[in-house]
Amino acid sequence: MNPKRKRRLTIIIGLVCGLSVAVGFGAYAMRHSIDLFVTPGDIAAGTVPTNQRISVGGLVVDGSLKRGDGLTIHFDVSDNKSVVAVSYDGILPDLFREGKGIVVKGMLTEDGRVVANEVLAKHDENYMPPEAKAAIEKAGHPKGV
Amino acid sequence: MQQRVNQAETKTATLWQWINNTFHRFGSPKYFYDLTGKLLPWCWAGVLLVLIPGLIWGLAFAPPDYYQGNSYRIIFIHVPAAGIAMMGYAVMAFAGIVTLVWRMKMADVIAKVVAPIGASFTFLCLVTGAIWGRPTWGTWWEWDARLTSMLILFFLYVSVMALRAAIEHPDVAARATAVLSIVGIVNLPIIRYSVNWWNTLHQPSSIRLTGSSLAPEMLYPLLACIVGFYFLFAVLVMLSARNEVLLREYRSAWVKKWLKP
Amino acid sequence: MYFDSFADFVAMGTHGPYVWSAYALTLIVVLANLGVILHQGRKVQATIRQKLRRQQLQEQDSYEP
Repeated sequence: MNPKRKRRLTIIIGLVCGLSVAVGFGAYAMRHSIDLFVTPGDIAAGTVPTNQRISVGGLVVDGSLKRGDGLTIHFDVSDNKSVVAVSYDGILPDLFREGKGIVVKGMLTEDGRVVANEVLAKHDENYMPPEAKAAIEKAGHPKGV
Repeated sequence: MQQRVNQAETKTATLWQWINNTFHRFGSPKYFYDLTGKLLPWCWAGVLLVLIPGLIWGLAFAPPDYYQGNSYRIIFIHVPAAGIAMMGYAVMAFAGIVTLVWRMKMADVIAKVVAPIGASFTFLCLVTGAIWGRPTWGTWWEWDARLTSMLILFFLYVSVMALRAAIEHPDVAARATAVLSIVGIVNLPIIRYSVNWWNTLHQPSSIRLTGSSLAPEMLYPLLACIVGFYFLFAVLVMLSARNEVLLREYRSAWVKKWLKP
Repeated sequence: MYFDSFADFVAMGTHGPYVWSAYALTLIVVLANLGVILHQGRKVQATIRQKLRRQQLQEQDSYEP
């Protein structure tokens, strides 16, 4: 490679490396605002502001779904460490299931509950036909694995 | 012993020479035109024999997902489109490096024609994702890291095209778009790893180097669609690049000869 | 075929509109790309012929005394 081309290539590699570092630091500094949601663990740790719009993500706890008075429903969201109670007044997405992932948008009250105004269903990276799922459950594997 | 080392050295030297020669041969517009003429029928065959059967397999023969039902069948276009969107950008940026370092004209032809095609596939990825998101998540769009970084990729493609259109002098346009394309490379790992680095609504990747979390009867049609989309992308890029080569090289003897009949 | 009937295939459970609109859009975008490229191909040929003709005329002109 002639020296001119070598110099140009070095400049380009330098540019890309420098830029990556800059963007990396930027993204690291903003990691909490890039996160779409906080976890019940964050709420338990007390790092989440109350009476402010937030999103909480986690799994709907098995057997926690209860219909309240009127349209309001109650359920618990867990990240396998902490649990937070959610109340929601609205239509649930089709894929809302106990034991499955969701993201709720709403406000954290002073007494540590979440009053939601929107619920989104998450799904995981596992895809399988219904028969395969039935076979796994029959064999006694835990739900959601 | 010494002889064997020398032999190995000569072998590496020949290999390196071969790579170097091939690389420089690609710089010849006539060579590119002849080669793509030979490759195109094979890529068309790939589209007909891999992509179309793959899509039919995914749409009609693969089983539904236990959780999402039939909406997951959008995966057979969404995931390949996302792959092409990112690979296309990588091709464009690599062509940009070749343009800047080696001043190879063919590289700029590739960079120019890949941009609108890559942008189309990025658009497809975004829109099919939104259509899939509505029945699964309950929303068309959410500003999570994966969706936002993919949208940024789309705007990167658009700005590269706009920059080229705005600069009248072809050589200046080639270098300016090359620099912008290279700067945008930083976005590619962000898209790829956004679902691991941050909390997102989008689920993590199902196909990884360590294996797949799709059932085999869903994985095989998906792999067929991914390979098929690469053939489709190759067909579009080669057809478009051949037009561009003819237009840029119309003064040369081989184009005149090609044009005669 | 996984589905029991053609009607089932079109309905896709309840997800027919989502799945088919995604596939239809893909078809449209791919065909639009192909259409633009083939149209450009014809345009390029016409442009080159025109440019070469003009070049030839200029060369003829310059031979005049």
